[in-house]
Amino acid sequence: MSLPDDYLRYPKRRHGMDHDLYPWSDLFARKPVRWPNGARVALMVSPAIEFFPLNPSGKPFKAPGSMQTPYPDLRHYSTRDYGNRVGIFRLYRLFAELGIPATVSVNAIICERYPQLLEETLKAGHEIVAQGLHMDALHYGGMDDALEIAQITESLRLLRRYAPIHGWLSPAKSQSAFTLEHLVRNDIRYCMDWAHDELPTRMHTKAGEIIAMPHSVELSDRQLLSEYKHSEDSYVEQLKDAFDWLYAESKTHGGRLLTLPLSGFVTGLPYRINALKEALSYMLKRPGVWPASASAILHAWTESEA
Amino acid sequence: MRADPDLYDYWPYLKRPKITWPNGARVAFWVAPNIEFYELDPPNNPERKPWARAHPDVVPYSHRDYGNRVGNQRLMAVMARLGVRGSVSLSVAMCDHHPELIAQAAELGWEFFSHGIYNTRYCYQMSEAQERAIIEDSIATVSRATGQRIEGWLAPALTHTERTMDLLAEYGIRYTCDLFQDDQPQPLKVKSGRLISMPYSLEINDVIVYNAYNQTPRAYTQMIKRQFDQLYVEGAESGTVMCIPLHGFLVGQAHRIGPFEEALAYIASHDGVWMATAREIADHYHRHFYDVCLADIERSNAVHASVGNTA
Repeated sequence: MSLPDDYLRYPKRRHGMDHDLYPWSDLFARKPVRWPNGARVALMVSPAIEFFPLNPSGKPFKAPGSMQTPYPDLRHYSTRDYGNRVGIFRLYRLFAELGIPATVSVNAIICERYPQLLEETLKAGHEIVAQGLHMDALHYGGMDDALEIAQITESLRLLRRYAPIHGWLSPAKSQSAFTLEHLVRNDIRYCMDWAHDELPTRMHTKAGEIIAMPHSVELSDRQLLSEYKHSEDSYVEQLKDAFDWLYAESKTHGGRLLTLPLSGFVTGLPYRINALKEALSYMLKRPGVWPASASAILHAWTESEA
Repeated sequence: MRADPDLYDYWPYLKRPKITWPNGARVAFWVAPNIEFYELDPPNNPERKPWARAHPDVVPYSHRDYGNRVGNQRLMAVMARLGVRGSVSLSVAMCDHHPELIAQAAELGWEFFSHGIYNTRYCYQMSEAQERAIIEDSIATVSRATGQRIEGWLAPALTHTERTMDLLAEYGIRYTCDLFQDDQPQPLKVKSGRLISMPYSLEINDVIVYNAYNQTPRAYTQMIKRQFDQLYVEGAESGTVMCIPLHGFLVGQAHRIGPFEEALAYIASHDGVWMATAREIADHYHRHFYDVCLADIERSNAVHASVGNTA
């Protein structure tokens, strides 16, 4: 029972990161970001439209939200479906009422299964981000490269029949070591899987640059309400606290960005929709809050960087 | 393997020698920001996988990296505002990767102690030579980067061997944060030198509160206040130690840092609190209470051994 001698060799122990995907950068030492019209906080709401198959292979793991009971898990299957039939439209109605353009991540298989949902999403003026094929078609370390390319190209082929697609969110935010470069080769400009920053950052792949667009892990409705099992009141409080902090920081450090990942089957429930409404209304009442889609935010960020 | 780690003797929280802190403080209070580096693709340790998913495990890696880009800076700003210094549990490779951040903390007068080289290199199954190597590396790296001689230890990812404490003491490390048996320091049983356990608390460590207990930021504030209130009351009888261990990637999130600032301000607003670093607490204890407490532990052992013998 002993470790090999090279267990204490550190080939990546050097200044900066232990990889070449992005350089280290201190949020507080950067050139301040300027949002349009002097806005202080950009707000991105990002609901997901997902398909969780009743018979997941679970390869190499079951995506969070997948079936759990012995087959057939009608309970979880139909619960997820509720999100796509009812919850998402409750969210859209709220966004319309508050004047918020959303950034909607969509499993491409939805194009075939529920084209009406895509049409309604576009009609409402929301931006679509590709979220892979479905929740049992994961991208993962060690996967067959040809399979990954096929999953990406098929996802984009399906979705691009409806709308231009510039953004990507991997199912379960799981990637292989090659996902990013394949995305670049397929004209994806930004990816929302990486959690290292609160503002967009540039990432570098063999195929060229891709932007890491924030998509909060900690403030997603699934994290706070489903995983941590916090109350709706606490969800509202945490969203307000995050907003207040960023709003205050923007006074001295430039534009800030708050991203809120949402799910029709979580915040789209009748007893939760008004909690979300309360938090969003609280933010929108303040001057200098800019509700915007990922592409609009990235456009402004790029201009501000230049 | 053994049933008892044989690192300390049983010593009930009753009739111990009275601990006093400078200026009659009741509580010696310290904050331990863990400034860590997790590697994206570390070598495997047979006892513990660094990441749950196959390389690259994007979310947990990048979430932790957020601490070094955003969270630690936010925490530093809040602590500086309240005049609270940190005692950093440091992945010492941070001195190579992000010396800018280490310089910032050093400028604030913060202390550094070792939390291993990386938080993705575990001590399980290390040879003695390997364990010596990480201690020597820690001492040399922190000294080179900050001029400080490390006096404390928190094992990387809380991974140990049976010989860890003996080696720390041999190298002149004066306190360890690896043991959770008490709210006061205690001399440890080591082969050479003098090592004490420093109260660190897993219970109000943000990583446990948020990721294991799944608490809200406001609940965490209440936990910290309650922990402090009780140790403050008991500290009137004999000095206690309170530590808040933190991680920038958790407490430094925008929705958590405000409620945390409230908790810290609450403690800072009390009289009778020694706002200290771990090094200062350890030094005070070593100078004034190590011998007294060791004698009390030995006396307590002797009394109970003799009772056991006559029974």
